[in-house]
Amino acid sequence: MSKLTREQVLKLAKLSQLTLTEEEIERLGKELSSILGYVERLNDVDVSSLKPTYQVSGLNNVMREDVVKEQQATPDVLLAGAPKTSERYIKVGRMI
Amino acid sequence: MAKTWDSVAIMADQVNSGKASALANVEKSLEIIAKKNPEFQAVITTVEKRAKKRAKEIDDKVKSGEKVGKLAGVPFIAKDNFLVFGAETTAGSNMLKGFNAPYQSTAVERLEAEGAICVAKSNLDAFGHGGSTKNSDFFVTKNPHDKTRVAGGSSGGSAAAVALEMAPFALGTDTGGSVRQPASFCGVVGYKPSYGLVSRSGVVAMASSTDTIGALAGSVSDTALVMDVMAGVDELDGTTIKRDDRSYADLGTSLKGKKIGVVKEHFDEGLDPAVEKTLRASIEKLEASGATVEEVSLPSLPLALAVYYIIVPAELSSNLSRHDGQRYNYSSDKAKDLAESYTLSRTTGFGDEAKRRIMMGTHVLSSGYYEAYYKKAQTVRTKLINEFKDIFIKYDFLVGPVSPTTAFKIDENEDPVQMYLQDIMTVAASLVGVPSISLPCGEADGLPVGMQLMADQKKDRELLSAAAAYEGAE
Repeated sequence: MSKLTREQVLKLAKLSQLTLTEEEIERLGKELSSILGYVERLNDVDVSSLKPTYQVSGLNNVMREDVVKEQQATPDVLLAGAPKTSERYIKVGRMI
Repeated sequence: MAKTWDSVAIMADQVNSGKASALANVEKSLEIIAKKNPEFQAVITTVEKRAKKRAKEIDDKVKSGEKVGKLAGVPFIAKDNFLVFGAETTAGSNMLKGFNAPYQSTAVERLEAEGAICVAKSNLDAFGHGGSTKNSDFFVTKNPHDKTRVAGGSSGGSAAAVALEMAPFALGTDTGGSVRQPASFCGVVGYKPSYGLVSRSGVVAMASSTDTIGALAGSVSDTALVMDVMAGVDELDGTTIKRDDRSYADLGTSLKGKKIGVVKEHFDEGLDPAVEKTLRASIEKLEASGATVEEVSLPSLPLALAVYYIIVPAELSSNLSRHDGQRYNYSSDKAKDLAESYTLSRTTGFGDEAKRRIMMGTHVLSSGYYEAYYKKAQTVRTKLINEFKDIFIKYDFLVGPVSPTTAFKIDENEDPVQMYLQDIMTVAASLVGVPSISLPCGEADGLPVGMQLMADQKKDRELLSAAAAYEGAE
């Protein structure tokens, strides 16, 4: 059974943009290992003759006319949801 | 005892003809919510002001001689992951607390265009992650049949609200069983359509390749009418499929000549004996109604849950990356720069289950594991799809349980894998994209049991017709 190491848990947290407490590192390590243990039953399934399915709508390259239409979501309304704005921009913290 | 609400069609007719008022309907719905919600916690918030305003507008239109629509003055409750004007859209999470809809979901827009009125937003497992509403960041919805038990999830608030008659119908979303399982636990009808039949524009995304919009109601005909209003191509959602010209509410009433397969694998392990007994009796009822019923096998079905718990975390980890503390109201105020703002906002805004699933999804998509997990799961998915295709050549419908048990106690299933096993009967229809309905089919130990019927992709009317025939059979 695959067991995630402490280093792996910390790496996943970093990739997920999360910080974990000591208790969470311990607990999530166990929980994720147990989920991975459950899904391991797929290992022995032979699917060498099959291709993966990424979506089931049966649609491909759905196109529409590139015309501007009036929408409920105007820039002002969309910006109103952001925590901080300045003029017509979302304002974020210092980057460097 | 008289039913609280007439059928949706009759209610709309009464409002359109001026015999009943939309405002009275809305007030009645809000009154029931006010009375029952403190005890059962099905609803996160009401949309009182806007609902009353819309009701008055509808009543005025009727007075001036205008016909309003198929759902004139009918109140409904939307799961709180639908963008609706007049209230916050939280998706049951702290991350979206205080977030007001910048536009409305297409589903709600279409219902409103026919005169329906959203009166409240219902509770859910945060972002739809769960089968109990225990993962809601706010509170747990109680089962209307037993307050010590869960209402199911993730659309648990919607299912409980319909069972409590807070409104004649409610909207839910179903990614792996989130409409069907709570419908089963609460004893109401829950419908998951073919993938793509209803637009997801304006609904908080979970897993894009299986997310669907469904309805919950007291009867199949009400459910079908609501689905009919919402169905069809929407240019705001490129995954929507062409609808039938004929109404999805134009239902047949006979099962004569239909072939129904009883899925053997559903009865193999973990099915509660009392649930099985009730279900077997219902399957006999299908047979007595003229259908041919035979046992069938879907050999890959026992793999569906493992496939699901790779694909869904992968997709949702990607969808939830947009919650970075910069765009949707919530942001940690303790961060000293942008990088820390991302991390702190996500760390404090997401609950345990969201974190668990994001990390799981990140793992199965990460370099070195992608082939072994994600690609493998998507390939086993193909195997499952092929098995369903083969079976639907011979059979019109498949039947089985919705959930291995009736509603469980609120303090049960604390372990994540135990909780995931709740979805074992429902995830296959989601992965394959076929329509599936949960129908009340009796009780086991005094609690409601749901029967699951599935049909081939795009056979939504046929499935609803079969469900109506079952419901009408004595």
